[in-house]
Amino acid sequence: MAKTLVQEFTKGLWEEIPPFRLVLGLCPVLAVTKTVENGIGMGVATTFVLVGSNFFVSLLRKFIPSKVRIACFIIIIATFVTLVELLMQAFTYPLFLKLGIFIPLIVVNCIVLGRSEAFAFKNGIARSLADGLGIGIGFTLALAALGAVRELLGAGTLTFWETPIQILSPTIQPFTFMIEAPGAFVCLGLMLCLMNLVGSK
Amino acid sequence: MGDYVILAISCILINNILLAQFLGNCPFLGTSKKMETAVGMSMAVVFVLVMAGVGTWLINNYILQKFGLEFLRTIAFILVIASLVQFVEMFLKKSIPALYAGLGIFLPLITTNCAVMGACLINIKEEYTFLQALVASFSYAIGFGLALILFAGVRERILLARVPKPLQDTSIALVTAGILSLTFFAFKGMV
Repeated sequence: MAKTLVQEFTKGLWEEIPPFRLVLGLCPVLAVTKTVENGIGMGVATTFVLVGSNFFVSLLRKFIPSKVRIACFIIIIATFVTLVELLMQAFTYPLFLKLGIFIPLIVVNCIVLGRSEAFAFKNGIARSLADGLGIGIGFTLALAALGAVRELLGAGTLTFWETPIQILSPTIQPFTFMIEAPGAFVCLGLMLCLMNLVGSK
Repeated sequence: MGDYVILAISCILINNILLAQFLGNCPFLGTSKKMETAVGMSMAVVFVLVMAGVGTWLINNYILQKFGLEFLRTIAFILVIASLVQFVEMFLKKSIPALYAGLGIFLPLITTNCAVMGACLINIKEEYTFLQALVASFSYAIGFGLALILFAGVRERILLARVPKPLQDTSIALVTAGILSLTFFAFKGMV
């Protein structure tokens, strides 16, 4: 437990990067990564919820009786999810429509609840903030990477701020399988395999 | 009547909640290592999803919409599901201990199963009537069970196969799920 704040932050970027090292919260990972943009949007929304809920859980950890802690966590998380929902409706409406029900579903994302239970409930505020931010950014990176691979192979483009940029030459027939449902599973599985290959060296 | 049959088929096969909508993937990978746990989880989901679907539909249409409180939907739904799970657990423990022992630890896990919450949200989004919501919830749960049990069967066979080291465990499971998803993909355009 003698980790510095910086270490708490950086562990989320590689050592414990979700969803590769912590195989949690797969549903949004698979569902929204059809384009890079969706992946990043989802990642940022999750990061916001993660940081907010980690902060409040850590702040209130002395007052929350451990018997009803899960219910308390869920209420704190749900509050932040509602906040994100309203903010996205106000400022990034097209993205909100694309992500659809996956925004309210951050409530049941196991990563968020998992961090509250495993980390924020036992650690101080600064540490919990660092942890939430690190895991959140790691999650965003993973989503962006998966989104980039799938979009590049499946449509030959990369989308940033609603403008698809053609990367592969249009003469190459895109591999549509990648942006369909089965491609998500296979692509994530192969990326996991790649992570294992690199990590085991 | 025919409409309900079509709705049921589309919820079970075409829009399968696990393989086409990507909801509830954590328990999908977590509980599919053994056939027993897969069956237990499927039963628990059928039980809770139907009740949650009905409960959240009633709350949404008779309380939230009536008083213009739609922005509280997320909080209200998760509370309904969490308390429902707790209630079902207490009820089963007291009156049907055999079933309770069978479902075991899967009941509390369902609170954070996004298949339940997701199906409830889809019911609202599609503006289903009460009966449609009931049929859809039940069919989603059956679809969940079907996919999970099929997947558990495949995974038990993978244990016997020699898998390259980096691909082991979750990685090969995901690729397998992809192939299973491909078979369900073939149902697209059926209705």
